[in-house]
Amino acid sequence: MLFRLSILTIAVGLLWNGTCHGFGDWRQFRGNWSSAVELNAKLPTEWVDGDEPKNIPWKVALPGRGLGSPIVVSERVFVTCSSGFHQDRLHVLCFDAAKGKKLWERQFWATGRTMTHPKTCGAASSPCSDGQRIFALFSSNDIVCLDLDGNLQWFRGISHDFPNCSNSLGMASSPIVIGDTLIAQTENDADSFASGLDVYTGETRWKRTRPKRANWTSPSPLTDGSGEVLALLQASAGIEAVRPQTGEVVWTYKSGAATIPSLVVNSGVAYVPSNGLTALRPEEGKSEPKQLWNASKLGPATPSPLVLGSKVYVVGGAGVLACASLAEGQTNWQLRLEGPFTASPVAAGDRLYFVNEVGVCQVVQLGGEKGEVVGKSELKLGKTEPADIIQATPAISDHALFIRSDAFLWKIAEMK
Amino acid sequence: MPRSTIRVVLIATLLIPPLHGIAADTATLVQTIKAVGREGKGNREANQAVVELSQQDVSVLPAVLMGFRDANPLAGNYLRGAVEAIADRTLKAGKPLPKESLEKLIRDAEQDPRGRRLAYELLVRVDDSAADRIIPDLLLDPSPEFRRDAVARLIVSGEKSLKDKAEDDAKAAFKKALSGATDDDQVKVIAKQLKGLKEEIDLQKHFGFLTSWRVVGPFDNEGLKGFDIAYPPEDKLDLAAKYEGQKGEVAWDKVATDHEYGIVNIAKQIAPHKGAAMYLTTEFQSPAAREVEFRLGTPNAWKIWVNGKLLFGRDEYHRGMAIDQYRVRGELKPGANTILLKLCQNEQKDDWAQRYEFQLRVADLSGLGLPSQPVQATSQK
Repeated sequence: MLFRLSILTIAVGLLWNGTCHGFGDWRQFRGNWSSAVELNAKLPTEWVDGDEPKNIPWKVALPGRGLGSPIVVSERVFVTCSSGFHQDRLHVLCFDAAKGKKLWERQFWATGRTMTHPKTCGAASSPCSDGQRIFALFSSNDIVCLDLDGNLQWFRGISHDFPNCSNSLGMASSPIVIGDTLIAQTENDADSFASGLDVYTGETRWKRTRPKRANWTSPSPLTDGSGEVLALLQASAGIEAVRPQTGEVVWTYKSGAATIPSLVVNSGVAYVPSNGLTALRPEEGKSEPKQLWNASKLGPATPSPLVLGSKVYVVGGAGVLACASLAEGQTNWQLRLEGPFTASPVAAGDRLYFVNEVGVCQVVQLGGEKGEVVGKSELKLGKTEPADIIQATPAISDHALFIRSDAFLWKIAEMK
Repeated sequence: MPRSTIRVVLIATLLIPPLHGIAADTATLVQTIKAVGREGKGNREANQAVVELSQQDVSVLPAVLMGFRDANPLAGNYLRGAVEAIADRTLKAGKPLPKESLEKLIRDAEQDPRGRRLAYELLVRVDDSAADRIIPDLLLDPSPEFRRDAVARLIVSGEKSLKDKAEDDAKAAFKKALSGATDDDQVKVIAKQLKGLKEEIDLQKHFGFLTSWRVVGPFDNEGLKGFDIAYPPEDKLDLAAKYEGQKGEVAWDKVATDHEYGIVNIAKQIAPHKGAAMYLTTEFQSPAAREVEFRLGTPNAWKIWVNGKLLFGRDEYHRGMAIDQYRVRGELKPGANTILLKLCQNEQKDDWAQRYEFQLRVADLSGLGLPSQPVQATSQK
């Protein structure tokens, strides 16, 4: 039943921003619906044979660092990077998804502060797209909008406009598009707010003051019972569900939430990293959602939780994967993985893909009594300063997995 | 004039685009882009101007690159988008870039550093020898990116001399490199090499750190409320005054640092105050009126005033500290300038939340440290 509801939700959502998501598009952090799931994708379980690579159609070098996911739009892969001693040179690159050929690159100068913790960098947020345009938010709170051919549409410097909107550790929230509004959370200890920007012009539709506390979580779309798509804004105080066009708050959850892993939505229920993991269902006409359950021991570490079928999957602090029921939050099984993890997992068909920071990808097969690691491949990272590292969540498109490190972008797909 | 010549001139006149007309059009488009402002103001017009500008012939590139002068940071990025689009289209069509004009612009230090750097990045795409020809001349350039490239070459040269046992040459190369270095990674490499060559390095002086201060406090910042409270030093700076502080009467005292990166450690040098606000003041002598950057590093909340004017403040605690963490622009007047810093500590008990310190330097807009020197002195920048 839940699976059918998921399909229905996806079908409705295809119309949400006026242009159908093309087959194979993966348009934002964790995919089009921030679910990190591509049910139809068939991916290999291994891409290294001994020391020899296999199932790697191409690999390209990148001009700078990045934690932002690749996204895929109209058979093109888009990646952001930052470079320079001050990480103040901002890059947006476009590659042909089939062959890995670089189609174009655009560079910009950061207009806001670029200081970050050494582990992160200026390109920590994932770009997103409405199918016509690419929106890239950087740690300096600069937002670049380009068309798919690299033509600049508009540029906003959020920290240029509001100089106290910054974080000395770096910003990392990834924006999303709902309808024709770009939603960006630029939240920090000083001047903290979220914005809704007109995708055509970059003009501010709304600006909403948010909790004064550093926050690296990303907004997520939720389709409520009436069919309206809301943007869920997560922060230390909890959740605000806002109308994307106006920023008007529809409901609020006030019991606190994590500031690193982001919530995931499935069939109108939000699974929130809050006091462990808390399932919330919004109720029509009510200003607070109904709490379906809370599982205090299901607290995710850095990776965001993932819902597939009737289960929710959470990676805890020790790299232990927990599988729990969607209905009650009861833990069914646990599996120790090889960490450490910053990237969130993604799902293809009935397999979960986990990429750790040192380039080891573990494939967990679901369906049995317990998940089983059926594939383990190590990507050879480059020798860069600081050491090359994978912290970006992969993207899935047309039976291929796209993984990026601080130095490279790989395409992983079955090679015949 | 022979009839054939007249025919050639007429044909040429028809084929050559009206240069004056194009220039005016380009100038209008550049001005439209430069009008872009805060919060999306002028975005629509700038977007349309970028579209039109991007379609123009490659011959407009020098004019667009010169348009970076006085362009605000947002407009600079719009202009960059148009320049890259023109250059990409030209190169894809197999046409040349205007190399001579680009190099002339790069070597014109009066032009904006962003426009010059972009011109350089275009030039090196089509001219393999450009970097070797140009970069060595730009060690003291207003553009930090050019300086960094020039410094990097001198570091390589110094290291090669060291390898060849030519210590005097190495010393000369590293000393020269230091004169243009402002990025701390390069400075550290150079300083290590020079120290190994028995050369004395004064990093405080090199960066322009302010090292001698007067300090008063603590004032109450429990519950973080002190950040917004204007304690008496904010109203009137009187170094002879005594105030009612958080724990009784407080008076101005002296504090100085010999830390090579100019760090004044309040927690260690004064006391590990918690929930506290301290004020520090010093004087900076400027030979002339000029715009500068006050470059601050601190893990604590802070406000800064120069000659009684509040320049900026930030209410953030323990999110790290680094050299040049904050860059605040301000005006110096000729002679003595009074700098007042308010530094607040919170009440967190975590080990990593005990730091109560800062480093502050005065630099030109490109990051070169400025020494405090009186009006009579000659600038040695």
